[in-house]
Amino acid sequence: MSAAGSALFANVDWAEIGRAGVDTLAMLGGSLVLTVAVGLPLGVLLFLTGRGQLLAQPLAHGLLSVLVNVLRSVPFIILLIVMIPVTVVLVGTSLGVPGAIPPLVVGAAPFFARLVESALREVDRGVIEAAQAMGASPRQIVFDALLPEATPGILAAATVTAIALVSYTAMAGVVGAGGLGDLAVRFGYQRFQTDVMVVTVALLLVLVQVLQMIGDRAVAHFSRR
Amino acid sequence: MIELSDIHKTYRAGSGEVAALRGIDLRVAAGEVFGVIGQSGAGKSSLIRMINLLERPTAGRVTVDGVDAASLDAAGLRGLRRRIGMIFQHFNLLSSKTVVENVAFPLQLEGRLAREDIRARALALLDRVDLADQADKYPAQLSGGQKQRVGVARALACEPKILLCDEATSALDPETTRQVLRLLRELNGELGLTIVLITHEMDVIRRVCDRVAVLEAGRVVEQGVVADVFLSPRHATTRRLIEEGGDADDAGAGGPGAGRTVRLTYRGETTYAPLLGRIARETGVDYSILGGRVAHIRDLPYGQLTLALVGGDVDAALAQFAAAGVAVEEIDR
Ligand SMILES: Nc1ncnc2c1ncn2[C@@H]1O[C@H](COP(=O)(O)OP(=O)(O)O)[C@@H](O)[C@H]1O
Ligand SMILES: [Mg+2]
Repeated sequence: MSAAGSALFANVDWAEIGRAGVDTLAMLGGSLVLTVAVGLPLGVLLFLTGRGQLLAQPLAHGLLSVLVNVLRSVPFIILLIVMIPVTVVLVGTSLGVPGAIPPLVVGAAPFFARLVESALREVDRGVIEAAQAMGASPRQIVFDALLPEATPGILAAATVTAIALVSYTAMAGVVGAGGLGDLAVRFGYQRFQTDVMVVTVALLLVLVQVLQMIGDRAVAHFSRR
Repeated sequence: MIELSDIHKTYRAGSGEVAALRGIDLRVAAGEVFGVIGQSGAGKSSLIRMINLLERPTAGRVTVDGVDAASLDAAGLRGLRRRIGMIFQHFNLLSSKTVVENVAFPLQLEGRLAREDIRARALALLDRVDLADQADKYPAQLSGGQKQRVGVARALACEPKILLCDEATSALDPETTRQVLRLLRELNGELGLTIVLITHEMDVIRRVCDRVAVLEAGRVVEQGVVADVFLSPRHATTRRLIEEGGDADDAGAGGPGAGRTVRLTYRGETTYAPLLGRIARETGVDYSILGGRVAHIRDLPYGQLTLALVGGDVDAALAQFAAAGVAVEEIDR
Protein backbone atom coordinates (compact mmCIF):
# COMPACT_ATOMS: atom_id res chain seq x y z
CA MET A 1 0.00 0.00 0.00
CA SER A 2 1.46 3.42 -0.94
CA ALA A 3 1.38 6.27 1.53
CA ALA A 4 -1.16 8.13 -0.54
CA GLY A 5 -3.28 5.00 -0.66
CA SER A 6 -3.19 4.60 3.12
CA ALA A 7 -4.18 8.19 3.64
CA LEU A 8 -7.00 7.94 1.16
CA PHE A 9 -8.36 4.76 2.77
CA ALA A 10 -7.45 5.62 6.37
CA ASN A 11 -10.29 3.63 7.90
CA VAL A 12 -9.94 0.61 5.70
CA ASP A 13 -8.76 -2.51 7.48
CA TRP A 14 -7.71 -4.59 4.53
CA ALA A 15 -7.54 -7.82 6.52
CA GLU A 16 -11.12 -7.30 7.56
CA ILE A 17 -12.12 -6.54 4.00
CA GLY A 18 -10.43 -9.80 3.01
CA ARG A 19 -12.35 -11.79 5.63
CA ALA A 20 -15.60 -10.11 4.63
CA GLY A 21 -14.88 -10.91 0.97
CA VAL A 22 -14.35 -14.56 1.84
CA ASP A 23 -17.59 -14.58 3.84
CA THR A 24 -19.50 -13.07 0.91
CA LEU A 25 -18.08 -15.62 -1.48
CA ALA A 26 -18.87 -18.46 0.94
CA MET A 27 -22.46 -17.29 1.38
CA LEU A 28 -22.85 -16.80 -2.34
CA GLY A 29 -21.29 -20.11 -3.32
CA GLY A 30 -23.13 -22.17 -0.73
CA SER A 31 -26.50 -20.56 -1.29
CA LEU A 32 -26.19 -20.61 -5.10
CA VAL A 33 -25.46 -24.33 -5.20
CA LEU A 34 -28.37 -25.07 -2.88
CA THR A 35 -30.67 -22.63 -4.67
CA VAL A 36 -30.05 -24.43 -7.94
CA ALA A 37 -30.41 -27.82 -6.26
CA VAL A 38 -33.82 -26.83 -4.85
CA GLY A 39 -35.02 -24.40 -7.51
CA LEU A 40 -34.25 -26.45 -10.61
CA PRO A 41 -36.45 -29.43 -9.71
CA LEU A 42 -39.09 -27.01 -8.44
CA GLY A 43 -39.01 -25.13 -11.76
CA VAL A 44 -39.21 -28.36 -13.74
CA LEU A 45 -42.22 -29.45 -11.67
CA LEU A 46 -43.89 -26.06 -12.12
CA PHE A 47 -43.41 -26.42 -15.87
CA LEU A 48 -44.45 -30.05 -16.21
CA THR A 49 -47.61 -29.72 -14.15
CA GLY A 50 -48.72 -26.60 -16.04
CA ARG A 51 -51.72 -26.52 -18.33
CA GLY A 52 -51.25 -28.46 -21.56
CA GLN A 53 -47.86 -29.80 -20.45
CA LEU A 54 -46.51 -33.31 -20.13
CA LEU A 55 -47.80 -34.04 -16.62
CA ALA A 56 -50.56 -31.45 -16.47
CA GLN A 57 -51.84 -31.44 -12.85
CA PRO A 58 -53.88 -28.30 -12.19
CA LEU A 59 -54.09 -28.92 -8.44
CA ALA A 60 -50.39 -29.64 -7.89
CA HIS A 61 -49.48 -26.76 -10.18
CA GLY A 62 -51.77 -24.41 -8.27
CA LEU A 63 -50.31 -25.39 -4.90
CA LEU A 64 -46.70 -25.08 -6.05
CA SER A 65 -47.48 -21.80 -7.69
CA VAL A 66 -49.04 -20.33 -4.54
CA LEU A 67 -46.11 -21.56 -2.41
CA VAL A 68 -43.62 -19.93 -4.77
CA ASN A 69 -45.57 -16.69 -4.90
CA VAL A 70 -45.89 -16.50 -1.12
CA LEU A 71 -42.15 -16.96 -0.63
CA ARG A 72 -41.40 -14.46 -3.35
CA SER A 73 -43.69 -11.82 -1.90
CA VAL A 74 -42.12 -11.87 1.59
CA PRO A 75 -39.45 -9.15 1.77
CA PHE A 76 -36.07 -10.82 2.26
CA ILE A 77 -35.33 -8.88 5.43
CA ILE A 78 -38.53 -10.29 7.01
CA LEU A 79 -37.68 -13.78 5.75
CA LEU A 80 -34.31 -13.57 7.48
CA ILE A 81 -35.93 -12.91 10.84
CA VAL A 82 -38.92 -15.23 10.48
CA MET A 83 -36.62 -18.05 9.39
CA ILE A 84 -34.42 -17.89 12.52
CA PRO A 85 -36.05 -20.82 14.37
CA VAL A 86 -36.04 -22.96 11.25
CA THR A 87 -32.43 -22.07 10.54
CA VAL A 88 -31.41 -23.08 14.05
CA VAL A 89 -33.06 -26.47 13.52
CA LEU A 90 -31.43 -26.91 10.10
CA VAL A 91 -27.83 -25.80 10.74
CA GLY A 92 -27.64 -25.48 14.52
CA THR A 93 -27.14 -21.71 14.51
CA SER A 94 -28.74 -18.63 13.11
CA LEU A 95 -25.46 -16.74 13.05
CA GLY A 96 -22.53 -16.45 10.69
CA VAL A 97 -22.29 -17.75 7.18
CA PRO A 98 -24.04 -21.08 7.95
CA GLY A 99 -26.93 -19.18 9.58
CA ALA A 100 -27.37 -17.06 6.46
CA ILE A 101 -27.55 -19.86 3.96
CA PRO A 102 -31.04 -21.29 4.70
CA PRO A 103 -32.82 -17.92 4.40
CA LEU A 104 -30.80 -17.10 1.28
CA VAL A 105 -31.87 -20.37 -0.34
CA VAL A 106 -35.50 -19.99 0.72
CA GLY A 107 -35.48 -16.46 -0.64
CA ALA A 108 -33.78 -17.24 -3.95
CA ALA A 109 -34.98 -20.75 -4.88
CA PRO A 110 -38.60 -19.73 -5.69
CA PHE A 111 -37.28 -16.87 -7.82
CA PHE A 112 -34.92 -19.22 -9.66
CA ALA A 113 -37.70 -21.80 -10.06
CA ARG A 114 -39.89 -19.24 -11.86
CA LEU A 115 -37.04 -18.33 -14.17
CA VAL A 116 -36.43 -22.02 -14.90
CA GLU A 117 -40.13 -22.51 -15.63
CA SER A 118 -40.08 -19.74 -18.20
CA ALA A 119 -36.81 -21.00 -19.71
CA LEU A 120 -38.49 -24.38 -20.20
CA ARG A 121 -41.52 -22.72 -21.77
CA GLU A 122 -39.17 -21.25 -24.36
CA VAL A 123 -38.27 -24.74 -25.57
CA ASP A 124 -39.94 -25.43 -28.91
CA ARG A 125 -43.04 -27.57 -28.31
CA GLY A 126 -42.28 -29.37 -31.54
CA VAL A 127 -39.09 -30.77 -30.04
CA ILE A 128 -41.03 -32.25 -27.14
CA GLU A 129 -43.56 -33.64 -29.56
CA ALA A 130 -40.80 -35.18 -31.68
CA ALA A 131 -39.33 -36.86 -28.59
CA GLN A 132 -42.78 -38.20 -27.70
CA ALA A 133 -43.22 -39.48 -31.23
CA MET A 134 -39.92 -41.38 -30.85
CA GLY A 135 -41.31 -43.18 -27.82
CA ALA A 136 -39.45 -41.20 -25.15
CA SER A 137 -40.69 -41.62 -21.57
CA PRO A 138 -41.51 -38.47 -19.59
CA ARG A 139 -38.23 -38.94 -17.71
CA GLN A 140 -36.27 -39.14 -20.95
CA ILE A 141 -38.09 -36.13 -22.33
CA VAL A 142 -37.07 -34.08 -19.28
CA PHE A 143 -33.45 -35.20 -19.02
CA ASP A 144 -32.55 -35.88 -22.65
CA ALA A 145 -34.56 -33.23 -24.46
CA LEU A 146 -36.02 -30.46 -22.29
CA LEU A 147 -33.07 -29.73 -20.00
CA PRO A 148 -30.39 -29.85 -22.75
CA GLU A 149 -32.54 -27.58 -24.94
CA ALA A 150 -33.15 -25.15 -22.09
CA THR A 151 -29.54 -25.12 -20.85
CA PRO A 152 -28.70 -21.61 -22.12
CA GLY A 153 -31.90 -20.23 -20.58
CA ILE A 154 -31.25 -21.99 -17.29
CA LEU A 155 -27.68 -20.65 -17.17
CA ALA A 156 -28.99 -17.14 -17.78
CA ALA A 157 -31.48 -17.71 -14.95
CA ALA A 158 -28.67 -18.87 -12.65
CA THR A 159 -26.70 -15.73 -13.48
CA VAL A 160 -29.59 -13.43 -12.61
CA THR A 161 -30.16 -15.41 -9.42
CA ALA A 162 -26.49 -15.28 -8.40
CA ILE A 163 -26.50 -11.50 -8.77
CA ALA A 164 -29.73 -11.22 -6.76
CA LEU A 165 -28.04 -13.35 -4.09
CA VAL A 166 -25.16 -10.88 -3.88
CA SER A 167 -27.54 -8.17 -2.72
CA TYR A 168 -29.34 -10.59 -0.41
CA THR A 169 -26.00 -11.39 1.26
CA ALA A 170 -25.67 -7.71 2.15
CA MET A 171 -28.92 -7.92 4.09
CA ALA A 172 -27.82 -11.17 5.67
CA GLY A 173 -25.31 -9.06 7.59
CA VAL A 174 -28.26 -8.12 9.77
CA VAL A 175 -28.30 -11.62 11.26
CA GLY A 176 -24.58 -11.44 11.87
CA ALA A 177 -23.46 -13.25 8.79
CA GLY A 178 -20.70 -10.79 7.95
CA GLY A 179 -19.61 -10.20 4.40
CA LEU A 180 -18.86 -7.15 2.32
CA GLY A 181 -22.37 -5.78 2.38
CA ASP A 182 -22.43 -5.99 6.16
CA LEU A 183 -19.16 -4.05 6.28
CA ALA A 184 -20.59 -1.39 4.02
CA VAL A 185 -23.60 -0.99 6.30
CA ARG A 186 -21.86 -1.13 9.65
CA PHE A 187 -18.81 0.99 8.93
CA GLY A 188 -19.54 2.83 5.76
CA TYR A 189 -23.09 3.82 6.56
CA GLN A 190 -23.52 3.74 10.32
CA ARG A 191 -20.05 5.14 11.19
CA PHE A 192 -19.77 7.46 8.21
CA GLN A 193 -16.53 5.82 7.04
CA THR A 194 -17.06 6.70 3.41
CA ASP A 195 -13.79 5.08 2.33
CA VAL A 196 -14.91 1.69 3.68
CA MET A 197 -18.22 2.14 1.90
CA VAL A 198 -16.50 2.94 -1.38
CA VAL A 199 -14.10 0.00 -1.18
CA THR A 200 -16.79 -2.56 -0.27
CA VAL A 201 -19.24 -1.32 -2.83
CA ALA A 202 -16.51 -1.35 -5.47
CA LEU A 203 -15.67 -4.94 -4.58
CA LEU A 204 -19.35 -5.92 -4.77
CA LEU A 205 -19.54 -4.24 -8.16
CA VAL A 206 -16.54 -6.23 -9.36
CA LEU A 207 -18.17 -9.41 -8.06
CA VAL A 208 -21.41 -8.66 -9.93
CA GLN A 209 -19.50 -7.85 -13.12
CA VAL A 210 -17.51 -11.07 -12.89
CA LEU A 211 -20.66 -13.12 -12.28
CA GLN A 212 -22.37 -11.52 -15.26
CA MET A 213 -19.36 -12.17 -17.46
CA ILE A 214 -19.08 -15.82 -16.43
CA GLY A 215 -22.81 -16.21 -16.94
CA ASP A 216 -22.76 -14.62 -20.40
CA ARG A 217 -19.80 -16.77 -21.45
CA ALA A 218 -21.53 -19.93 -20.24
CA VAL A 219 -24.76 -19.03 -22.05
CA ALA A 220 -22.86 -18.31 -25.26
CA HIS A 221 -20.95 -21.57 -24.93
CA PHE A 222 -24.15 -23.61 -24.78
CA SER A 223 -26.17 -21.66 -27.37
CA ARG A 224 -26.47 -23.40 -30.72
CA ARG A 225 -29.20 -21.37 -32.33
CA MET B 1 -51.28 -51.69 -41.98
CA ILE B 2 -53.13 -48.71 -40.54
CA GLU B 3 -56.84 -48.67 -39.94
CA LEU B 4 -58.83 -45.75 -38.64
CA SER B 5 -62.46 -46.52 -37.88
CA ASP B 6 -65.03 -43.84 -37.22
CA ILE B 7 -62.51 -41.51 -35.58
CA HIS B 8 -63.82 -38.43 -33.84
CA LYS B 9 -61.66 -35.82 -32.17
CA THR B 10 -63.05 -32.90 -30.23
CA TYR B 11 -60.78 -30.38 -28.55
CA ARG B 12 -61.90 -28.40 -25.56
CA ALA B 13 -60.65 -24.92 -26.24
CA GLY B 14 -61.39 -22.44 -23.49
CA SER B 15 -65.15 -22.15 -23.27
CA GLY B 16 -66.14 -23.89 -26.50
CA GLU B 17 -65.38 -27.14 -28.25
CA VAL B 18 -63.75 -27.71 -31.63
CA ALA B 19 -64.74 -30.79 -33.57
CA ALA B 20 -61.52 -31.35 -35.53
CA LEU B 21 -62.34 -34.84 -36.84
CA ARG B 22 -65.89 -36.07 -37.41
CA GLY B 23 -66.03 -39.69 -38.35
CA ILE B 24 -62.91 -40.66 -40.28
CA ASP B 25 -62.62 -44.09 -41.87
CA LEU B 26 -59.33 -44.82 -43.60
CA ARG B 27 -57.29 -47.88 -44.43
CA VAL B 28 -53.65 -47.63 -45.43
CA ALA B 29 -52.11 -50.75 -46.97
CA ALA B 30 -48.56 -51.91 -46.21
CA GLY B 31 -46.03 -50.39 -48.58
CA GLU B 32 -48.20 -47.65 -50.02
CA VAL B 33 -47.74 -43.92 -49.95
CA PHE B 34 -50.99 -42.49 -48.70
CA GLY B 35 -51.67 -38.77 -48.87
CA VAL B 36 -54.17 -36.67 -46.98
CA ILE B 37 -54.83 -33.28 -48.45
CA GLY B 38 -56.93 -30.45 -47.10
CA GLN B 39 -56.87 -26.79 -46.40
CA SER B 40 -55.51 -25.29 -43.21
CA GLY B 41 -57.72 -26.22 -40.27
CA ALA B 42 -59.26 -29.21 -42.05
CA GLY B 43 -57.93 -31.53 -39.35
CA LYS B 44 -54.91 -33.03 -41.12
CA SER B 45 -52.48 -32.69 -38.23
CA SER B 46 -55.05 -34.07 -35.83
CA LEU B 47 -55.62 -36.99 -38.17
CA ILE B 48 -51.96 -37.96 -38.57
CA ARG B 49 -51.46 -37.68 -34.80
CA MET B 50 -54.12 -40.34 -34.27
CA ILE B 51 -51.83 -42.91 -35.86
CA ASN B 52 -49.09 -42.69 -33.23
CA LEU B 53 -51.52 -41.47 -30.59
CA LEU B 54 -49.81 -38.13 -30.04
CA GLU B 55 -53.46 -37.14 -29.79
CA ARG B 56 -56.04 -39.59 -28.51
CA PRO B 57 -59.27 -39.96 -30.43
CA THR B 58 -62.40 -38.84 -28.60
CA ALA B 59 -64.15 -41.83 -30.20
CA GLY B 60 -63.24 -44.51 -32.69
CA ARG B 61 -60.59 -47.17 -33.18
CA VAL B 62 -56.97 -46.92 -34.32
CA THR B 63 -55.34 -50.16 -35.41
CA VAL B 64 -51.69 -50.20 -36.40
CA ASP B 65 -50.05 -53.36 -37.68
CA GLY B 66 -52.89 -55.42 -36.24
CA VAL B 67 -52.66 -53.87 -32.77
CA ASP B 68 -55.51 -51.87 -31.26
CA ALA B 69 -53.58 -48.80 -30.16
CA ALA B 70 -56.02 -47.94 -27.37
CA SER B 71 -55.34 -51.28 -25.69
CA LEU B 72 -51.64 -50.48 -25.16
CA ASP B 73 -50.27 -49.39 -21.79
CA ALA B 74 -47.69 -46.59 -21.58
CA ALA B 75 -44.74 -48.88 -22.29
CA GLY B 76 -46.57 -50.60 -25.14
CA LEU B 77 -47.42 -47.27 -26.65
CA ARG B 78 -43.78 -46.16 -26.50
CA GLY B 79 -42.86 -49.40 -28.27
CA LEU B 80 -45.42 -48.73 -30.98
CA ARG B 81 -44.14 -45.19 -31.45
CA ARG B 82 -40.60 -46.49 -31.94
CA ARG B 83 -41.91 -48.51 -34.87
CA ILE B 84 -43.44 -45.39 -36.42
CA GLY B 85 -41.12 -42.66 -37.66
CA MET B 86 -42.34 -39.09 -37.95
CA ILE B 87 -41.10 -35.95 -39.68
CA PHE B 88 -42.44 -32.45 -39.18
CA GLN B 89 -42.99 -29.19 -41.03
CA HIS B 90 -40.50 -27.36 -38.81
CA PHE B 91 -38.15 -30.36 -38.53
CA ASN B 92 -38.18 -30.32 -34.71
CA LEU B 93 -34.51 -31.20 -34.37
CA LEU B 94 -32.82 -30.73 -31.00
CA SER B 95 -30.83 -27.53 -31.35
CA SER B 96 -28.50 -28.55 -28.52
CA LYS B 97 -27.35 -31.72 -30.27
CA THR B 98 -25.19 -32.16 -33.35
CA VAL B 99 -26.61 -33.65 -36.53
CA VAL B 100 -25.27 -37.12 -35.77
CA GLU B 101 -26.47 -36.89 -32.16
CA ASN B 102 -29.94 -35.99 -33.42
CA VAL B 103 -30.04 -39.05 -35.65
CA ALA B 104 -28.69 -41.18 -32.78
CA PHE B 105 -31.28 -39.78 -30.37
CA PRO B 106 -34.08 -42.33 -30.94
CA LEU B 107 -31.56 -45.18 -30.65
CA GLN B 108 -30.23 -43.69 -27.45
CA LEU B 109 -33.79 -43.47 -26.07
CA GLU B 110 -34.39 -47.05 -27.05
CA GLY B 111 -31.25 -48.07 -25.14
CA ARG B 112 -30.80 -51.34 -27.00
CA LEU B 113 -27.54 -50.80 -28.88
CA ALA B 114 -24.08 -50.00 -27.55
CA ARG B 115 -22.74 -46.48 -27.94
CA GLU B 116 -20.39 -47.21 -30.84
CA ASP B 117 -23.09 -49.15 -32.68
CA ILE B 118 -25.48 -46.24 -32.26
CA ARG B 119 -22.99 -43.80 -33.71
CA ALA B 120 -22.13 -46.14 -36.58
CA ARG B 121 -25.80 -46.58 -37.43
CA ALA B 122 -26.46 -42.85 -37.21
CA LEU B 123 -23.55 -42.17 -39.57
CA ALA B 124 -24.80 -44.80 -42.01
CA LEU B 125 -28.24 -43.14 -42.01
CA LEU B 126 -26.68 -39.74 -42.60
CA ASP B 127 -24.79 -41.23 -45.50
CA ARG B 128 -28.10 -42.51 -46.92
CA VAL B 129 -29.51 -38.98 -46.93
CA ASP B 130 -26.23 -37.56 -48.32
CA LEU B 131 -25.30 -35.65 -45.18
CA ALA B 132 -22.34 -37.67 -43.91
CA ASP B 133 -20.14 -34.58 -44.22
CA GLN B 134 -22.42 -32.53 -41.94
CA ALA B 135 -22.42 -35.00 -39.04
CA ASP B 136 -20.75 -32.78 -36.47
CA LYS B 137 -22.53 -29.55 -37.29
CA TYR B 138 -25.45 -28.21 -35.30
CA PRO B 139 -28.91 -27.97 -36.92
CA ALA B 140 -28.74 -24.16 -36.91
CA GLN B 141 -25.87 -24.41 -39.40
CA LEU B 142 -27.93 -26.34 -41.98
CA SER B 143 -30.35 -25.27 -44.69
CA GLY B 144 -34.03 -26.20 -44.48
CA GLY B 145 -33.69 -29.07 -46.92
CA GLN B 146 -30.70 -30.46 -45.03
CA LYS B 147 -32.58 -30.19 -41.74
CA GLN B 148 -35.47 -32.14 -43.18
CA ARG B 149 -33.12 -34.83 -44.45
CA VAL B 150 -31.69 -35.07 -40.92
CA GLY B 151 -35.31 -35.40 -39.79
CA VAL B 152 -35.81 -38.27 -42.23
CA ALA B 153 -32.60 -40.01 -41.08
CA ARG B 154 -33.70 -39.63 -37.47
CA ALA B 155 -37.17 -40.97 -38.24
CA LEU B 156 -35.61 -44.06 -39.81
CA ALA B 157 -33.18 -44.76 -36.96
CA CYS B 158 -35.26 -47.45 -35.28
CA GLU B 159 -36.11 -49.12 -38.60
CA PRO B 160 -39.80 -48.26 -38.57
CA LYS B 161 -42.29 -49.82 -40.95
CA ILE B 162 -44.33 -46.64 -41.07
CA LEU B 163 -43.30 -43.04 -41.70
CA LEU B 164 -45.64 -40.17 -40.89
CA CYS B 165 -45.00 -36.83 -42.58
CA ASP B 166 -46.74 -33.74 -41.20
CA GLU B 167 -46.46 -31.06 -43.91
CA ALA B 168 -42.85 -32.17 -44.29
CA THR B 169 -42.16 -29.97 -47.31
CA SER B 170 -44.36 -26.97 -46.52
CA ALA B 171 -41.44 -24.92 -45.18
CA LEU B 172 -39.18 -25.74 -48.13
CA ASP B 173 -38.64 -24.11 -51.51
CA PRO B 174 -39.82 -25.96 -54.64
CA GLU B 175 -36.43 -27.45 -55.56
CA THR B 176 -35.75 -28.70 -52.02
CA THR B 177 -39.31 -29.98 -51.84
CA ARG B 178 -38.66 -32.11 -54.92
CA GLN B 179 -35.45 -33.48 -53.39
CA VAL B 180 -37.16 -34.48 -50.17
CA LEU B 181 -40.12 -36.01 -52.04
CA ARG B 182 -37.72 -37.98 -54.24
CA LEU B 183 -36.00 -39.26 -51.09
CA LEU B 184 -39.35 -40.37 -49.67
CA ARG B 185 -40.16 -42.19 -52.89
CA GLU B 186 -36.80 -43.97 -52.87
CA LEU B 187 -37.23 -45.04 -49.25
CA ASN B 188 -40.71 -46.32 -50.04
CA GLY B 189 -39.22 -48.46 -52.80
CA GLU B 190 -36.04 -49.59 -51.03
CA LEU B 191 -37.46 -50.36 -47.60
CA GLY B 192 -41.08 -51.06 -48.41
CA LEU B 193 -41.83 -48.22 -46.01
CA THR B 194 -45.50 -47.36 -45.60
CA ILE B 195 -45.80 -43.58 -45.76
CA VAL B 196 -48.68 -41.41 -44.63
CA LEU B 197 -48.21 -37.79 -45.54
CA ILE B 198 -50.40 -34.79 -45.07
CA THR B 199 -50.16 -31.62 -47.11
CA HIS B 200 -52.17 -28.73 -48.45
CA GLU B 201 -50.36 -28.93 -51.81
CA MET B 202 -51.77 -31.04 -54.62
CA ASP B 203 -48.35 -31.09 -56.23
CA VAL B 204 -46.94 -33.12 -53.32
CA ILE B 205 -49.75 -35.65 -53.69
CA ARG B 206 -49.21 -35.87 -57.45
CA ARG B 207 -45.48 -36.50 -57.07
CA VAL B 208 -45.38 -39.21 -54.42
CA CYS B 209 -48.71 -40.67 -53.41
CA ASP B 210 -50.42 -43.84 -54.53
CA ARG B 211 -53.73 -42.99 -52.94
CA VAL B 212 -55.18 -39.82 -51.54
CA ALA B 213 -57.96 -38.76 -49.21
CA VAL B 214 -59.35 -35.24 -49.35
CA LEU B 215 -60.20 -33.84 -45.95
CA GLU B 216 -62.59 -31.03 -45.32
CA ALA B 217 -63.82 -29.81 -41.95
CA GLY B 218 -62.94 -33.11 -40.28
CA ARG B 219 -64.51 -35.37 -42.90
CA VAL B 220 -63.10 -37.33 -45.85
CA VAL B 221 -65.00 -35.96 -48.83
CA GLU B 222 -63.25 -37.94 -51.54
CA GLN B 223 -60.62 -40.66 -51.70
CA GLY B 224 -59.08 -43.00 -54.20
CA VAL B 225 -56.13 -43.69 -56.48
CA VAL B 226 -54.30 -40.40 -57.09
CA ALA B 227 -54.68 -40.46 -60.89
CA ASP B 228 -58.46 -40.93 -60.59
CA VAL B 229 -58.96 -38.25 -57.98
CA PHE B 230 -56.59 -35.87 -59.70
CA LEU B 231 -57.85 -36.29 -63.26
CA SER B 232 -61.54 -36.52 -62.49
CA PRO B 233 -62.17 -34.86 -59.16
CA ARG B 234 -65.78 -35.16 -58.02
CA HIS B 235 -65.89 -32.93 -54.98
CA ALA B 236 -65.72 -29.15 -55.15
CA THR B 237 -62.99 -29.04 -52.50
CA THR B 238 -60.82 -31.38 -54.52
CA ARG B 239 -61.27 -29.21 -57.60
CA ARG B 240 -60.37 -26.13 -55.64
CA LEU B 241 -57.20 -27.76 -54.28
CA ILE B 242 -56.21 -28.78 -57.80
CA GLU B 243 -56.81 -25.24 -59.04
CA GLU B 244 -54.82 -23.72 -56.19
CA GLY B 245 -51.93 -25.94 -57.14
CA GLY B 246 -51.99 -24.44 -60.63
CA ASP B 247 -52.72 -27.92 -61.92
CA ALA B 248 -56.13 -27.19 -63.34
CA ASP B 249 -56.84 -26.95 -67.00
CA ASP B 250 -59.99 -24.93 -67.04
CA ALA B 251 -58.83 -22.17 -69.28
CA GLY B 252 -61.82 -22.82 -71.52
CA ALA B 253 -64.49 -22.85 -68.90
CA GLY B 254 -65.57 -19.26 -69.36
CA GLY B 255 -63.93 -18.42 -72.70
CA PRO B 256 -65.61 -17.58 -75.95
CA GLY B 257 -66.16 -20.14 -78.68
CA ALA B 258 -68.86 -21.94 -80.56
CA GLY B 259 -69.68 -25.62 -80.66
CA ARG B 260 -69.21 -28.16 -77.91
CA THR B 261 -66.54 -28.02 -75.24
CA VAL B 262 -64.94 -31.26 -74.13
CA ARG B 263 -62.12 -32.20 -71.81
CA LEU B 264 -59.95 -35.06 -72.98
CA THR B 265 -57.82 -36.90 -70.45
CA TYR B 266 -55.01 -39.13 -71.69
CA ARG B 267 -53.15 -41.46 -69.39
CA GLY B 268 -50.02 -43.50 -69.87
CA GLU B 269 -48.81 -44.15 -73.41
CA THR B 270 -51.82 -42.59 -75.15
CA THR B 271 -50.51 -39.29 -73.82
CA TYR B 272 -47.92 -39.32 -76.57
CA ALA B 273 -50.09 -40.84 -79.37
CA PRO B 274 -50.78 -38.50 -82.34
CA LEU B 275 -54.55 -38.82 -82.01
CA LEU B 276 -55.89 -35.34 -82.24
CA GLY B 277 -54.93 -34.51 -85.83
CA ARG B 278 -55.92 -37.89 -87.21
CA ILE B 279 -59.36 -37.95 -85.60
CA ALA B 280 -60.02 -34.36 -86.64
CA ARG B 281 -59.16 -35.21 -90.25
CA GLU B 282 -61.22 -38.37 -90.35
CA THR B 283 -64.36 -36.84 -88.83
CA GLY B 284 -64.09 -33.37 -90.34
CA VAL B 285 -64.22 -31.77 -86.93
CA ASP B 286 -62.46 -28.46 -86.38
CA TYR B 287 -60.99 -27.78 -82.97
CA SER B 288 -59.58 -24.95 -80.96
CA ILE B 289 -57.51 -25.65 -77.89
CA LEU B 290 -58.81 -23.75 -74.86
CA GLY B 291 -56.40 -25.16 -72.30
CA GLY B 292 -54.21 -28.10 -71.55
CA ARG B 293 -51.16 -29.61 -69.94
CA VAL B 294 -48.95 -32.67 -70.07
CA ALA B 295 -47.29 -33.85 -66.86
CA HIS B 296 -46.76 -36.84 -64.57
CA ILE B 297 -48.58 -38.38 -61.65
CA ARG B 298 -45.79 -40.31 -59.95
CA ASP B 299 -44.43 -42.10 -63.02
CA LEU B 300 -47.64 -42.02 -65.00
CA PRO B 301 -47.62 -39.53 -67.84
CA TYR B 302 -50.93 -37.82 -68.46
CA GLY B 303 -52.33 -35.12 -70.63
CA GLN B 304 -55.42 -33.04 -70.29
CA LEU B 305 -56.83 -30.93 -73.09
CA THR B 306 -59.88 -28.72 -73.17
CA LEU B 307 -61.15 -28.32 -76.74
CA ALA B 308 -63.97 -26.50 -78.48
CA LEU B 309 -65.23 -28.70 -81.34
CA VAL B 310 -67.11 -27.32 -84.35
CA GLY B 311 -68.43 -28.78 -87.57
CA GLY B 312 -68.09 -32.34 -88.87
CA ASP B 313 -69.26 -35.35 -86.90
CA VAL B 314 -68.45 -34.44 -83.29
CA ASP B 315 -70.09 -37.57 -81.87
CA ALA B 316 -67.99 -39.80 -84.07
CA ALA B 317 -64.86 -37.92 -83.03
CA LEU B 318 -65.67 -38.36 -79.36
CA ALA B 319 -66.35 -42.06 -79.93
CA GLN B 320 -62.97 -42.44 -81.59
CA PHE B 321 -61.22 -40.75 -78.67
CA ALA B 322 -63.00 -43.04 -76.26
CA ALA B 323 -62.03 -46.05 -78.34
CA ALA B 324 -58.39 -44.96 -78.18
CA GLY B 325 -58.50 -44.96 -74.39
CA VAL B 326 -58.95 -41.23 -73.86
CA ALA B 327 -61.45 -40.19 -71.20
CA VAL B 328 -63.95 -37.77 -72.67
CA GLU B 329 -65.94 -35.36 -70.57
CA GLU B 330 -68.30 -32.83 -72.02
CA ILE B 331 -68.29 -29.45 -70.24
CA ASP B 332 -71.38 -27.27 -70.05
CA ARG B 333 -70.62 -23.64 -70.59
N1 LIG C 1 -54.61 -28.78 -29.20
C1 LIG C 1 -55.68 -28.17 -29.73
N2 LIG C 1 -56.57 -27.53 -28.95
C2 LIG C 1 -57.65 -26.92 -29.47
N3 LIG C 1 -57.96 -26.90 -30.78
C3 LIG C 1 -57.13 -27.52 -31.63
C4 LIG C 1 -55.94 -28.19 -31.16
N4 LIG C 1 -55.31 -28.72 -32.22
C5 LIG C 1 -56.06 -28.39 -33.30
N5 LIG C 1 -57.15 -27.69 -32.95
C6 LIG C 1 -58.21 -27.20 -33.86
O1 LIG C 1 -58.66 -28.28 -34.64
C7 LIG C 1 -58.87 -27.91 -35.98
C8 LIG C 1 -58.02 -28.77 -36.89
O2 LIG C 1 -56.65 -28.48 -36.65
P1 LIG C 1 -55.48 -29.28 -37.36
O3 LIG C 1 -55.67 -30.73 -37.14
O4 LIG C 1 -54.19 -28.69 -36.88
O5 LIG C 1 -55.71 -28.93 -38.89
P2 LIG C 1 -54.69 -28.81 -40.11
O6 LIG C 1 -53.45 -29.56 -39.76
O7 LIG C 1 -55.44 -29.39 -41.26
O8 LIG C 1 -54.44 -27.34 -40.30
C9 LIG C 1 -58.53 -26.43 -36.06
O9 LIG C 1 -59.73 -25.72 -35.97
C10 LIG C 1 -57.67 -26.20 -34.86
O10 LIG C 1 -57.80 -24.88 -34.40
MG1 LIG D 1 -51.39 -28.91 -39.64
